Amino acid sequence: MRETAQRASGRNQMIEHHLDDDILSQYSAGTLTEGWSIAVASHLALCPACRSKVDMLDSLGGYFLEADDGRASDVSKSWEAVKARIDAGEVDNVVPLKVRSVPDRIYPEPLKRYIEAAGGLRWKRLGSGAAQMLIPTGDATTTVRLLKIPAGQPVPEHSHGGLELTLVLDGSFSDEVATFGRGDIEMADDNLTHQPKADLDKDCICLAVTDAPLRFKSRFMRLIQPLLGI
Amino acid sequence: MDVDARQHFADLAAAVAKNRDKAAFAELFDFFAPRLKSFLMRQNAGATEAEELVQEVMVILWQKAHLYSPEKSSLSTWLFRIARNRRIDASRRRRNDELDANEPLLLPTAPPAPDDVLENEDREQIVRAALSTLPAEQVTLIRMAFFFGQSHSEISAATGLPLGTVKSRIRLAFGKLKTLLEKNGVESAG
Repeated sequence: MRETAQRASGRNQMIEHHLDDDILSQYSAGTLTEGWSIAVASHLALCPACRSKVDMLDSLGGYFLEADDGRASDVSKSWEAVKARIDAGEVDNVVPLKVRSVPDRIYPEPLKRYIEAAGGLRWKRLGSGAAQMLIPTGDATTTVRLLKIPAGQPVPEHSHGGLELTLVLDGSFSDEVATFGRGDIEMADDNLTHQPKADLDKDCICLAVTDAPLRFKSRFMRLIQPLLGI
Repeated sequence: MDVDARQHFADLAAAVAKNRDKAAFAELFDFFAPRLKSFLMRQNAGATEAEELVQEVMVILWQKAHLYSPEKSSLSTWLFRIARNRRIDASRRRRNDELDANEPLLLPTAPPAPDDVLENEDREQIVRAALSTLPAEQVTLIRMAFFFGQSHSEISAATGLPLGTVKSRIRLAFGKLKTLLEKNGVESAG
């Protein structure tokens, strides 16, 4: 029932495109940087199957944490610091959790907080009806952005200098590989040249994380790329 | 870690939550803080960063022990998750210079359904049981690759095994673990 509510976007089929075990392991262990983690956490919020895998990996992490003997690390300074904070009563002012009773129809919680921290949704036009919003993070190795592609419109054909994760939040898009609907995530690397096209029924909103600029096939796109910040 | 120890940690966390019991907190700190620090440093966090994160996680334990539910996970798994989430957005919080007293930011926040809770408890037992059936060498490789986030070449350098051997053994170890977990009903996304 929960998933039905979260996927209330007019489409109601199961999520078909998932993250691979490798990236889920890195997310669970905390070795994935912030930019990728935002896409992973947002997909997890929509995908019970991947959430179940990460829960399993987290249990594995808990096991290894316990199994360590911890002898190698001295934490006496930390103990003094933590004890001082507790004794001073400084940390007893527990801030009540902000629990949203109604989940956002489009933006899952981890992403929503980033949008709010950036001052709310602010779309910047990219031309021909498409728009983007850059999401500020503390991670200099990735670019995190929201993309809005008008119904029926293509994104110019491109390949990837590195990895691109694209999570569909609303509407759907199709490329040479498949059709991606809400909650589906595409992992594209430098082996894939594709031309995603928003499906006809409605505008497509995606979260896209990249670690290198896209490589556009068209010379014109390459020329204006720096101006658009893609 | 056996079931008794797990219950013991859950009792200590309950004492922290309900009675603000400092002795119980000290015992949890003594057990978990050194382990968290050594884990973070194995993942290449600097000593200062590791200490700061350990302090944050332990302060969260003091403040938020009432949010821990023993029927959903062991305390170790709960703390492992908090450490992970705090680490992911540590740089963001540093930049904004804000004291974020809220829940770990990136924890997906769907409320658990009653059957989820049962499933979670089973999962924890199943993972432990599955690990105990693997040869020690394979557990070590999973620990290095997954928990410490070491690359295959780093593992090769540390163990003296050739790179190709490291790769195939890790694939084998993860494959075995996956088979064991699936056999025990932990669903796979496929």
